[in-house]
Amino acid sequence: MRVQLTINGASREADVEPRLLLVHLIRENLLLTGTHIGCDTTSCGACTVLLDGRPVKSCTVFAVQASGRTVSTVEGLEQNGVLHAVQEGFTKEHGLQCGFCTPGMMMTSVALLERNAAPTELQIRQAISGNLCRCTGYVNIVKAIQHASATMREAKAEKEPATAGRA
Amino acid sequence: MIPAAFEYEAPTELAEAIDRLARSGGEAKVLAGGQSLIPLMKFRLAQPARIIDLNRISGLAYVRENGDLRIGALTRESDLEESAVIRDRYAIVADTAAVIADPIVRNLATVGGNVAHADPANDHPATLLALRASVVARGPRGERVIPIDDFFVDTFTTSLAPDEIVTEIRIPRAQAQSGGAYIKLERKVGDFAIVGVAAHLQLDGKGSVATAGIGLTNVGPTAIRARHAEEALRGRAPDDRAIAAAAEAAAAESQPVADLRGPAEYKRDVVRVLTTRALRRAVARAKGGK
Repeated sequence: MRVQLTINGASREADVEPRLLLVHLIRENLLLTGTHIGCDTTSCGACTVLLDGRPVKSCTVFAVQASGRTVSTVEGLEQNGVLHAVQEGFTKEHGLQCGFCTPGMMMTSVALLERNAAPTELQIRQAISGNLCRCTGYVNIVKAIQHASATMREAKAEKEPATAGRA
Repeated sequence: MIPAAFEYEAPTELAEAIDRLARSGGEAKVLAGGQSLIPLMKFRLAQPARIIDLNRISGLAYVRENGDLRIGALTRESDLEESAVIRDRYAIVADTAAVIADPIVRNLATVGGNVAHADPANDHPATLLALRASVVARGPRGERVIPIDDFFVDTFTTSLAPDEIVTEIRIPRAQAQSGGAYIKLERKVGDFAIVGVAAHLQLDGKGSVATAGIGLTNVGPTAIRARHAEEALRGRAPDDRAIAAAAEAAAAESQPVADLRGPAEYKRDVVRVLTTRALRRAVARAKGGK
């Protein structure tokens, strides 16, 4: 079947079997290997991508289901050579050890911060509870997301000084 | 893991989906959120020849309270969890949605799928049993409203006809002096329940229990209603003694089996403990607390 989707802002097409999983389309047809396959059983979240802005486990979605829709992967975070605030946060706070869970963690974090610019630590921990880090690097991952939250809010305040100054 | 090959259809109208399902001769499976079906297909525990994807049909995802509470079958668990009417007036349903799988799975998983899949470990069934809900199904012969007590037949088996699709869940409107809670014990986020207990109470003018609903998750071939526990409460003040009697009754009528989540006796005791906690929270909520 023909699928057409917008991935990281670019329109892409592929001819696929209906049984092809979205993660395989992304990695093998579109050659975007930043999205990882971990458990392959909807548990670990390494394959997390954004489907129309919401995090989903791409090992548990058929590629044909994404046709006509928008997918964001870790490759789309960096813009014009500038890292996304979430990537910056993971770098600054050392939010990774082996790095395998990192793309999924970051995509979940991006979606969280878009919905809630200033999450509490509990909200962060709940949001990433579907992403497993086998290195148990959660303390620094939480710090990385807090770092990103702070820098994103600062950047927004600089952009909108008038509204930021108002009570 | 790669599922077996299948034909894929994604109709945009419910009538078309029903027609295709009816014409498939039992070879088709309906795809909603896919968070149970796709893993089953990857393990080749399910090998449907045809998939009818409901996700291109509009108008099946909603939460509305007019008369009773109506939840569209394609409502995502995350939307249910965040619905203001659910949070404010149906706390037991919010409790339930919030502990299903994990937050990423909940972005796709649907209420209709959770119910139609009829896994005794799924969380909505116990809550819907406690709430005396109904399941609305549509098929070639029209619409059917199935009382929840008649819906779950056996593990992965419901009273749906092969050509019927779940379209809506109906829950009786929340009344004053009523409240409920769902409590689940799980080893970790995303795991199935060791035990889950849903408890819902309607108090009368004197503060006694007018009606009680208690549903149990993953301690039987289906989610089960703890009828003896409900009887132990009816007409009584919901004090510690009555709650203890109900919790003992629920433990006695649960049907746990030993598995990697623990021996049967342990799970039976967890039923007792969680029934106690869920009833206490239900009482507090019926009296206006959180």
